[in-house]
Amino acid sequence: MSPDLLKLIFGRLGLESLPLHEPIVVGTFVVVALGGAALLGGLTYFRLWGYLWREWFTTVDHKRIGIMYMILGIVMLLRGFADALMMRGQQALAFGGSEGYLNAHHYDQVFTAHGVIMIFFVAMPLVTGLMNYVVPLQIGARDVSFPFLNNFSFWMTVGGAVLVMASLFIGEFARTGWLAYPPLSNIGYSPDVGVDYYIWALQVAGVGTTLSGINLICTIVKLRCPGMSMMKMPVFTWTSLCTNVLIVASFPVLTVVLALLSLDRYVGTNFFTNDFGGSPMMYVNLIWIWGHPEVYILVLPAFGIFSEVTSTFSGKRLFGYTSMVYATVVITILSYLVWLHHFFTMGSGASVNSFFGITTMIISIPTGAKMFNWLFTMYRGRIRYELPMMWTIAFMLTFVIGGMTGVLLAVPPADFVLHNSLFLIAHFHNVIIGGVVFGAFAGITYWFPKAFGFRLDPFWGKLSFWFWVSGFYLAFMPLYVLGLMGVTRRLRVFDDPSLQIWFVIAAIGAGLVALGIGCMLVQFAVSFLRREQLKDVTGDPWDARTLEWATSSPPPDYNFAFTPVVHDNDAWWDMKKRGYQRPLTGFRPIHMPSSTGTGIILAGLATAMGFGLIWYIWWLAAASFIAMLAVGIGHTFNYHRDFDIPVDDVVRTEDSRTKLLAGAK
Amino acid sequence: MNTDTHAAHADDHHHDEGHAHGSLSTYMLGFVLSVVLTAIPFWLVMSGALPSKQVTALVIMAFAVVQIVVHMIYFLHMNTRSENGWSMMALIFTIVMVVIALSGSLWVMNHLNSNMMPIHQMTGMK
Repeated sequence: MSPDLLKLIFGRLGLESLPLHEPIVVGTFVVVALGGAALLGGLTYFRLWGYLWREWFTTVDHKRIGIMYMILGIVMLLRGFADALMMRGQQALAFGGSEGYLNAHHYDQVFTAHGVIMIFFVAMPLVTGLMNYVVPLQIGARDVSFPFLNNFSFWMTVGGAVLVMASLFIGEFARTGWLAYPPLSNIGYSPDVGVDYYIWALQVAGVGTTLSGINLICTIVKLRCPGMSMMKMPVFTWTSLCTNVLIVASFPVLTVVLALLSLDRYVGTNFFTNDFGGSPMMYVNLIWIWGHPEVYILVLPAFGIFSEVTSTFSGKRLFGYTSMVYATVVITILSYLVWLHHFFTMGSGASVNSFFGITTMIISIPTGAKMFNWLFTMYRGRIRYELPMMWTIAFMLTFVIGGMTGVLLAVPPADFVLHNSLFLIAHFHNVIIGGVVFGAFAGITYWFPKAFGFRLDPFWGKLSFWFWVSGFYLAFMPLYVLGLMGVTRRLRVFDDPSLQIWFVIAAIGAGLVALGIGCMLVQFAVSFLRREQLKDVTGDPWDARTLEWATSSPPPDYNFAFTPVVHDNDAWWDMKKRGYQRPLTGFRPIHMPSSTGTGIILAGLATAMGFGLIWYIWWLAAASFIAMLAVGIGHTFNYHRDFDIPVDDVVRTEDSRTKLLAGAK
Repeated sequence: MNTDTHAAHADDHHHDEGHAHGSLSTYMLGFVLSVVLTAIPFWLVMSGALPSKQVTALVIMAFAVVQIVVHMIYFLHMNTRSENGWSMMALIFTIVMVVIALSGSLWVMNHLNSNMMPIHQMTGMK
């Protein structure tokens, strides 16, 4: 075939695009391919495809979508953490003339992929998954406002993750760092597909994130059960509301910045180029207008989880509910006023830098108020040291350290010394792992029995907890030291042999975290095998306080046979105290949304379009775009959108729960 | 407040509160206003009625803002009471965010050469 024809069909994709010269990548590919083949073979052998498609892929049930988000987050955590281990290994080895085992081309992709994956495809799915699962239950709703949109959002997030994963074996990923600053990310310095993978993975996933933000805001504003005024909402629902407001307000900025960068790369505009009037600094400015709210998007739901866990396991109402709500709202607004602290060193003068330094320090006030609220909730409480509470205490200790180094970095003169150093790396891992990751784990162990009807095994959970916490400290405290000594981030080889010991300690810490992750996977398996012993039939294993514990574990498809009526904060606690009797008669058919495959099809087409654009396969991009429009319009003619669960089914479900509850007593 | 758990269903099919629909006359008024507000900027550019380009651009932007308000009132039926005040709250939040992002970016981007060497010293360095 002629080269022109090949180019027409495959764009710039060719055999040489496959990274056959990288033995590490080839080895990974073999392992992934064998594992994937085994998984696909197993699914086919046990005839699970139909089940998965009907019950999971096409579902519009917020609970199942929430669980799928969590699975996506955990799978991507394994990938992102593998990158972390590679970096720690490289930095521990590359001393005294040694080049380590990763070449620069590969190493730069590894640190970029690590950041992108951990933020967009681990932290975001874990947070969104928990919100998706818990919020409708906490407000006594049967589903989110737009169930089909929810399914579509999830699959768009998966589409983005698929593109990032594809970059490992087809072509390469960006070598620019996780925010892809120009001019490095412009076409002149990054002519290959790496940055294009970055752009389209984030654009595809970003659609999903924005839509799920709109969906959850709408759900919280419109679908609360009778009696639940705003100031009677559980704190997790409040923080979710603020997080989704942040998502809706900030993700469009990211979308626009990346769109402008793609115009620079694809059609030769000069928004962020060095010459012809472009300004790379504008990119830095704009992307941090999204980027700083993003860190609060991640951590606010975690704050909500810790609030629920603290009051449940202290057996007390949350101390200072109102101040907690106001602190959350204040953080939401303030998170938009601090973005410049990410680039104090870019050249602004004293007035700009001190303004943003001061706003940054002010954020520590509402955050500190929250910390005291949790402490006072625990004060004189009957604290039960179950796993979620352990994660919460680990969070409080760790996050305070991270917060203090953050205030230190907020001082512009100090930042001039510490900017882009390993001190910064240690700081943000300190708050993201200590806050978001520990929060997600607290949430997973707390709500797991709700989702599956049995608790997680505490032995393996505690093992995982101690490996994680000690591993975290061992891995990141040395980075503070190194940062103070002036070591900058993203370095591949080192000259000064006296630094090596700190990197070795950090690598050992990363190894402990690896054990922690391993124990967590074992914990899931062991809990599944021991599910009879760990079973919870009451639906309320922790003696908790909010509405999600009022229904069975796992909840029926319709969540609540009757919409609950709320009189107080901690609605379920209030119901228990007033001797609430579950209604046993008077059931009615329940109106529910129907499953649809449109979401996964649309997201698949969007992913194909992204792939086409990345590789300049224009026919593929155009065809999938047109197909997307066609499927989208076609879906508007689908009138089988809802059905009624017959009253007999409701009665059967509720009766079986009555029997279970009677047996438990 | 409702003590009866079953009573919740009564509200299920009744969700129009605070949601005003427009009449033909309000739609027509909105339409005419938007046409006028679109036509004037076109005319300003085509005829060059104003002396400087910068003034023209600023006037067009002012018309654009008015256009946004017209759309919100006549086509999106926004007022302080719609959706129990949520629309207004969302609008205020949006305006705050846009003002922060725009004014902040302008301030930051105009400040970036603060730490650069003054021009007259630089010219002497050749």
